[in-house]
Amino acid sequence: MAKILMKGNEAIGEAAVRAGGLHYFAYPITPQSEVGEYLVKRLPEVGGVFVQAESEVAVGNMLFGAAASGKRVFTTSSSPGISLMQEAISYIAGAHLPAVFINIVRGGPGLGGILPAQSDYFQATKGGGHGDYRLLVLAPSTVQEAVDLVMLAFDLAHKYLNPVMVLGDGMIGQMMEAVEFPESIKETDDPMTMDWPATGCEGRDPRIIKSLYLDPQALEKNSFALADKYKKMKEEEVRYELYKVKDDCQVLLISYGTMARICQTVIDEMEEEGVSVGLLRPITLFPFPENEIREQAWKENIRAVLSVEMSTGQMVEDVDKAVQGRKPVEFYGRTGGIVPSPEEVKDYILKILGKK
Amino acid sequence: MPEAKLKIFERPKSFTDVVTHYCPGCTHGIIHRLIAETIDEYGIRGKTVGVAPVGCSVLIYNYFRTDFLEAPHGRAPALATGIKRVSPELIVFTYQGDGDLASIGMGEIVHAANRGEKITVVFVNNAIYGMTGGQMAPTTMPGQVTTTSPMGRDVSQAGYPIRMSELLSTLRTPAYIERVSVHNPHNVIRAKKAIKKAFKNQMEGKRFTFVEVLSTCPTNWGLTPDEAQNWLEDNMIAFYPLGVFKDTYYDNDEEGQK
Repeated sequence: MAKILMKGNEAIGEAAVRAGGLHYFAYPITPQSEVGEYLVKRLPEVGGVFVQAESEVAVGNMLFGAAASGKRVFTTSSSPGISLMQEAISYIAGAHLPAVFINIVRGGPGLGGILPAQSDYFQATKGGGHGDYRLLVLAPSTVQEAVDLVMLAFDLAHKYLNPVMVLGDGMIGQMMEAVEFPESIKETDDPMTMDWPATGCEGRDPRIIKSLYLDPQALEKNSFALADKYKKMKEEEVRYELYKVKDDCQVLLISYGTMARICQTVIDEMEEEGVSVGLLRPITLFPFPENEIREQAWKENIRAVLSVEMSTGQMVEDVDKAVQGRKPVEFYGRTGGIVPSPEEVKDYILKILGKK
Repeated sequence: MPEAKLKIFERPKSFTDVVTHYCPGCTHGIIHRLIAETIDEYGIRGKTVGVAPVGCSVLIYNYFRTDFLEAPHGRAPALATGIKRVSPELIVFTYQGDGDLASIGMGEIVHAANRGEKITVVFVNNAIYGMTGGQMAPTTMPGQVTTTSPMGRDVSQAGYPIRMSELLSTLRTPAYIERVSVHNPHNVIRAKKAIKKAFKNQMEGKRFTFVEVLSTCPTNWGLTPDEAQNWLEDNMIAFYPLGVFKDTYYDNDEEGQK
């Protein structure tokens, strides 16, 4: 299929459709309302379901019910809305159901603002709601990558029977870029061939989809079953990209999403000025490319590791953990909707190197 | 002659062979049975999905031989919306108490009703929070003593009880809303009819059906089962009148023309 120019939010909607994610529940919130406005027209063309709910609390729980069908279900929202969905996300994880949550992050806390931010990293990667669970978190840095990761998110949600979050930011949602989609809508598995969905118990034993275990032995067993899935994710699903990580790099940048693209500009410009800097861009935020960061950071040529974020410092804690104190871990970030410019990142790198 | 024996009473096939955890005299068991009989009589066990609440009846899924989902507190109508919208061939019902539905789940029930979700809601109103040990519910009667209204419900602070059937019947979309009781055999028979009608409406593709069932809680009311049945009749029915509040069916398209 030829490339077309598309706004990030609309491309995300189309990507879900191509992945067979034909069941969408949502509540309007800036800066991602265009997803719903796109899908309300698109889903009826392909026999899909669009429901505008009364709140994000209801959205999360509608997804819970819909996910129990075995079909591909999803929502899109932004930070305050995602906070309201945490109840359902915890239950969905506890009940081992697949669902895709797309968070087009805006600045917080509270009502915050409506401009791009990366301040929901903790919420997305550390659990978010109550209980021992994790989300698999994918972080796109271009509109095309948002398309690819949204499609991947459905596959991973069904592979692990666990909620998956695509963590974009307002920039990814609002930006227009050329994108390419698969020709046709993916054929998804028939729920009747699965051994867990609530399809009606005709010809089989009834199924109970729940997260309640009053017996502590049983609850512990369920929690460790979840933990086993997260271990497997750590072994099989870590995704990242290296940019100009060379033998003469003095500083290793760690950055994801929109911020990582700005870091690429920083690296290109500094290269011309004779300062070698490289980037490791996590694509999965959980599982975090911890070993890969450690491997790069420990190389002799690296003088410091710098986490660059659109937050006051969240991912840097995981970077710090990965580097294990062997190299200095620095942080640079802006937030509230302010996206750091290449110049200020460059200045900070020069400062680390004692050149400013 | 053994062949001539006629079976006139048996355990519904939609029940599992499990003893319930309900207190003596509690009417949850009767209401469960009315639903199970309905599912049996319509032959829909294989395509029915129940949604359990949080409260005394949270474990309802252990007693039914149908698929079941366990919802967060108050959210059963949202779960039911989700699964019914993506699998419209299923028959979906929620079973919710008054704390679940009329307090924490008020948003979900009102909007599911107003969207006209093709689900059946069985709302069990016993005027108290049972499972947590007898606290004041939005449906607790004025002056009724509970652990969080030890001097009796004070309407100057807590307001009057919420009448859910009346409240929901102000909405235009729902197809069928009735309040029944199960405190004596006569009313049990009427309750069965209402539950059957609600399921029938759903099977015919009609929009949102709701049966409120007045129920007893001898344990938390501090009464014997007999006294509890009398208390329900003497106190609750005057405030929560029995009857059909809505029995109209607007087809989507016809409705648009009016």
